[in-house]
Amino acid sequence: MNLGSVFEQTISQMFGVNAMVFAMAVIGLNVHFGYTGLLNFGQIGFVAMGGYGLGMSITIFGWNPWLGLLVGLLYALLFALLLGIPTLRLRGDYLAIVTIAASEVLRILVRSTTVAEWTGGNTGLTGFADAFYELNPFTERVYEFGPFFYTGPNLFILTIGWPLVLLVTLLVWQLMRSPWGRVVKAIREDEDAARALGKNAYWYKMQALMLGGVIGGLAGILLAIANSTVQPDYFVPVQTFFMWTALILGGVGRVWSPIVGSMLFWGLLTVSDGVLRSFESEGWIPRWLMSAAQVGQIRFMLVGVVLALLMVYRPQGLFGSREEMMLDAR
Amino acid sequence: MPADIAGSPLAGVPHEPGVDKPDPILAVQGMSKSFGGLLAVDVDKVSVQRGLITALIGPNGAGKTTFFNLLTGFDEVDSGTATFDGRDVSGMSPFRLANMGMVRTFQLTKSLTRLSVIENMKLGARDQRGESFLPAFIPFFWRDQEEDIEDRAEALLERFQLSHMRDEYAGTLSGGQRKLLEMARALMAEPRLVMLDEPMAGVNPALTQSLLEHVKGLRTQGITVVFVEHNMDVVRDISDWVVVMSEGRVIFEGPPDVISQDPAVIDAYLGAHHDAPLTEEQEEKQIASAEAELAESEGENT
Repeated sequence: MNLGSVFEQTISQMFGVNAMVFAMAVIGLNVHFGYTGLLNFGQIGFVAMGGYGLGMSITIFGWNPWLGLLVGLLYALLFALLLGIPTLRLRGDYLAIVTIAASEVLRILVRSTTVAEWTGGNTGLTGFADAFYELNPFTERVYEFGPFFYTGPNLFILTIGWPLVLLVTLLVWQLMRSPWGRVVKAIREDEDAARALGKNAYWYKMQALMLGGVIGGLAGILLAIANSTVQPDYFVPVQTFFMWTALILGGVGRVWSPIVGSMLFWGLLTVSDGVLRSFESEGWIPRWLMSAAQVGQIRFMLVGVVLALLMVYRPQGLFGSREEMMLDAR
Repeated sequence: MPADIAGSPLAGVPHEPGVDKPDPILAVQGMSKSFGGLLAVDVDKVSVQRGLITALIGPNGAGKTTFFNLLTGFDEVDSGTATFDGRDVSGMSPFRLANMGMVRTFQLTKSLTRLSVIENMKLGARDQRGESFLPAFIPFFWRDQEEDIEDRAEALLERFQLSHMRDEYAGTLSGGQRKLLEMARALMAEPRLVMLDEPMAGVNPALTQSLLEHVKGLRTQGITVVFVEHNMDVVRDISDWVVVMSEGRVIFEGPPDVISQDPAVIDAYLGAHHDAPLTEEQEEKQIASAEAELAESEGENT
């Protein structure tokens, strides 16, 4: 393995399915935390809801695939309501606790045998994506763009997914420069001030939670179609924290940070993976320090180191404004 | 200029707690609130005259801020009713009260630090079409209104001498400027009643004068003002009527020039019993009870 192919893989990953799904989910997280100040530690639960909503309505209920897309979004919306109604009247930390717990409860629930009839238990659901791939114009197995290559189905979902990510980014951008955006940002800064000025903070927080949740659900739908399956074990809490990492890398509360942060996150993982592997195969890394089997874990350590360095030298993230960041340090 | 009581609408009103006003904008009855065993507020009856400046004073811990929070919906009352402009507003949430025209400020200013000064101001405007979720996506629906709001905000910034900070983050303002911003922002909501919680706290003397002028300006505009304040010079200078609270109750009401002569007020501030020198008998009693407590706690430890 040479460094040239590491570079190619990295670029492929930066525009790949993982980065695309993350970018979408992180836009939702940015609506929650970056703009409204809601501490959501269960974004992966919304992603799961989107995926399972799609999968269940087609595979189990046998509904129209296009309706399935709507059901996926609806599941995420209901999840937001379920979490928001009891917690949004309370202080912010309660939402954090409830979201992380609820997303984990959800994952354990869908993989349990009790509801396997509807969720497929620990094997998840399959066979719901065919209707979408019938529309796939990329019928060849592999497409090459110079040194980069994608499989036909992947290329299909990417050509739909990335423009969708862009579209949602633009919609969120428009929303956040409207008076509605001003209200949620005011709530982020000081909820009581917003209430004293006649804004129904509870309802705005609920709207933001639903919006970000539905965007997370959309990420789940993209993920489910891209993989042609939903697997419960994908939706572990650590995914939410990877999403937070991507958000912080990009810069909290900035329009482009979810996209750039997600690309950066997956790029960093791939580059460190490739570099470590090639060093290891060249014998440059002594065995007692690291074996090939450990690369997978050690690359996450490297991402952690990068994140720590970022916090020290550029705490506002790639796009954030340092001036604004400093104002927050009260 | 202290209000000329002879020409005031309150000229013939007796100086006693809970007295009825000729034209009340806000009236409270039997309002109480306790935190655990502490009865923080227990107000039988109090009303606020429309179009005047009413000061709410009292020693520390008198329950002024709690009373304020109850009136503005930020704390839930245990019992009691409130009427604002003839409508029952008991238990109404803060945002509804604000939309009815009762807008408050806070003792610790709540400037929205990571919004610009002008955005802070624009937030204050009521009934914004662009604040609804779906219309927010389409500027066509709200652009005209937004421009009107911006014009109004700029005029107010001018009046409060904050125009030069228009595009700065509110977090970069000085403490006094934040007080000005908060007051100006409250005016964006076009209130009929402004509730100011310690508007002069932490403001340097030079700015105090300008703030005072702004508060008087509200009265000229026909806006009713209720404010909590510790500084008696300020109270004497701008208020038309003073309500004195102590230990959660209203103990006196009257124009500012007579409050310092009332024995109940003097007792509340200087302490009729708390800080007065103890008699020998009382002192012995206190020492005895303290020793008993000590003995008890030692007994527990061993």
